[in-house]
Amino acid sequence: MGLGVAELRQAAWYPVASSDDLPFRHVYHGQLLGQELAIWRADDGYVNVWENRCLHRGVRLSIGINDGAELKCQYHGWRYANRTAGCTYIPAHPADAPARRITNRTYPVKERFGLVWAALSADAPEMDVGETGFALRPMPVNALPEMVLSALVAGRVEGEPVAALPPLGAALVLNGAPGRATYFVQPVDSARAVIRGVVEAEPDLETLMAFNAVLSSLRDEVEAAARAIELPEPIVPRYEPVSVELATMPDLVIGRQATVRVMVKRRWQAALDVTGIELAPLSGHLPTFQPGAHIDLHLPNGLVRQYSITNGPGELTSYTIAVKREVESRGGSVAIAETLREGDVLAVSEPRNNFPLRRDAVRTTFIAGGIGLTPLLSMARALQRQGLAFDFHAFARSEDHLPLGPELKALGGGVSRHFGLGPPETAEQIRRVLGPHSFARHVYICGPGPMLELARGIAAELGWPDEAVHYEYFKNTHEIDTSSSFTVELARSALSLSVPAGRSILEVMRDNGIAAPSSCEQGACGTCLTRVLEGEIDHQDVYLNGTEKAAGNVMMTCVSRAKSARLVLDI
Amino acid sequence: MGLKKSGGTSEMGNSKTLAPALRDLWHVIAASQEVPMGGRRVTTLFDTGLTVSRNERLRVARNDDGTLLPVIERYGCIWTSFGSPSADLFPIIEYGESDRRNIIAGSIGVNVSAPRAIENFLDMGHFPYVHTDILGAEPHTEVKEYDVEISFERDEILATRCRFFQPKAALTATEGQDVDYIYRVPHPYCSVLYKSCPTDESRLDVIAIFCQPMTEETIRAHLLLSMIDADNTDAGIRRFQQTIFGQDRPILENQYPKRLPLDPRAETPIRADKSAIAYRRWLSQKGVNYGVIPQQLS
Repeated sequence: MGLGVAELRQAAWYPVASSDDLPFRHVYHGQLLGQELAIWRADDGYVNVWENRCLHRGVRLSIGINDGAELKCQYHGWRYANRTAGCTYIPAHPADAPARRITNRTYPVKERFGLVWAALSADAPEMDVGETGFALRPMPVNALPEMVLSALVAGRVEGEPVAALPPLGAALVLNGAPGRATYFVQPVDSARAVIRGVVEAEPDLETLMAFNAVLSSLRDEVEAAARAIELPEPIVPRYEPVSVELATMPDLVIGRQATVRVMVKRRWQAALDVTGIELAPLSGHLPTFQPGAHIDLHLPNGLVRQYSITNGPGELTSYTIAVKREVESRGGSVAIAETLREGDVLAVSEPRNNFPLRRDAVRTTFIAGGIGLTPLLSMARALQRQGLAFDFHAFARSEDHLPLGPELKALGGGVSRHFGLGPPETAEQIRRVLGPHSFARHVYICGPGPMLELARGIAAELGWPDEAVHYEYFKNTHEIDTSSSFTVELARSALSLSVPAGRSILEVMRDNGIAAPSSCEQGACGTCLTRVLEGEIDHQDVYLNGTEKAAGNVMMTCVSRAKSARLVLDI
Repeated sequence: MGLKKSGGTSEMGNSKTLAPALRDLWHVIAASQEVPMGGRRVTTLFDTGLTVSRNERLRVARNDDGTLLPVIERYGCIWTSFGSPSADLFPIIEYGESDRRNIIAGSIGVNVSAPRAIENFLDMGHFPYVHTDILGAEPHTEVKEYDVEISFERDEILATRCRFFQPKAALTATEGQDVDYIYRVPHPYCSVLYKSCPTDESRLDVIAIFCQPMTEETIRAHLLLSMIDADNTDAGIRRFQQTIFGQDRPILENQYPKRLPLDPRAETPIRADKSAIAYRRWLSQKGVNYGVIPQQLS
């Protein structure tokens, strides 16, 4: 055989674990060609094979915690999503969304006849190991993997057919074995291997024990032979460097691009005037999102609209959004309600999170008005999964108007529903659920503008500080005053631009070739947030809170302008 | 059959040349209490076997050729050097204050490089996860902004204005509160922290870690406590510190690679890691070449 380690490294599928090694919520420590693996099954059945190392400080993820949807590192509690291994939460900075695309190294995985298979390279050709079978008890052997394969071939019954299954497999009948089997050798390291035998169907116990006895004595022979030779050094694991953007800590810029293609998998009536849409990827899974995140949906009529992702953690096989048909629709919600059909292919942006959820609260309160429950639903699902305390108050005109009722119900006892309340009763309810502010309590509000204003006002009256009150407007209903004209200086680009009346800073920057991120372009979503170094800002957005506006060091370039003749931006 | 070398073991052995920044430094080799009068102890520093003995005077000799090495005794520990060290070790002024309890809380072997252990000592973000309900507790996980400077004058790293929420900062406390910390790294393998003292607001308790690099990937960590504490017994104070370190140890021993990578692209820093970023840069600038994976020059 004489396969060198270098050849074994070739892109190929190897068995790395038995399915039995992955009981409920366990993380299994595997190894392939010197590379340590963290192997775990999420509650949705998906098996993850990741490099066994948290990208933050190199701690093994096999000592981490599998919560069924995410893997949590033991050292600093970083959470990584099922399927993508994308980081969804960094507890040291609870107020921030992990702004950069921190993603652990994952390997392609397949599960077949009770074995988990992985390849170290994404270029591995399609796996060809047959479709059915039953895995025998694995047999670890301390010897060179190619020695183990040679011993299997040498130990066969002469005359019986033998089929090679490169790189390290063979179908044959071993001397003394009760029948034919296919043996795959897992190259754990340069001098360590596991024989994983597969037979056609589940045999009786006696047959299993006979196979095991034959493999045990084969192991003894091979290990004796291995002791007689000088064994190679263990393979030095490869640690790929993280990307420059991660190492140098700039924020990830997601422009108003639609880089992801999705298909409308399901479309249903989620409430009166609300359409539920499930968007599935054309292949594989969707990018990692964090609770509170939204996507831009590019509609067939050319409009771009923002919708919150309602999913729980680790759910990346589709995004579920809910769209309310607005009476005064500018064309977005009508396009969805009337023209979108199951099977339509749409373009969406990567998820962007301007409404991050802190998870360092003693208790979190959610106040949702109508369709405003969509981002809050995703947040509450994340807290529920982590076992953190929350209460969820959903306000709607009637039960029929409440979107995603079943999903809400699944959140359990923390949910209260309030129907058909007029403004005074709503105010009274909000006053009651908020109560006076106490240490480490946070509230998240999303709903129609007037209700949001009401809730924010009550929170302020009750002594809630701005930093404990988080909210997201659907849209900016304020009339934007674009009558001023002024100059903006872009400090880092060394560019001076004049902004005339009627045009936004964002538009003028774009005209001059500055690629600035944006999404809603009406001062609601927070995507175009920009640091201001000098000048007095004319805030016209609904994203920043009073404290942030007063501090005067950040602005939304899509709607806000200058009160002074000149603004200096950190761009 | 002898022990096989494991994958990441250094090739350095005695043959590798230590960087001058390490060779001319004092390095800890034992706690004083480990070598009583008439006592003798064999230990390892930089893969080199040494014998420490105390008779009429304290002596440190190499095991291979018997060469005597310089020796000093400071902060409850015995220190030696393979080069020409300065007259004294970095200062810890509080150690000399007459009303302090100075205790070596333990000398503990850990399978990790010295710089990984120092970085862990500087880190606050792990308190709620690793020292649960002692130094921190979920959900209070935030690492607030703090300041870090590399002092060229004193050649050390200083992290100030560090605060972390502690559920029970003192035995008398009923509510959690922020505890203040100051961290110093005055030596590539040593760090000193100052922490608000529960019994006297005007003073600070001092905890120091002195790492003895036995090999590139194994250390002994000597822990010094210098406390204003009239109530607890020595044994109680030791037990507390050993509990804390015992919680860190399994994390440290599961860090890969074991040597600290100095390439900024090896791992993913966040704002909370400012002090670690400064520490890695400082080690790089000094040319430290033991217990680290140096940055590849491209």
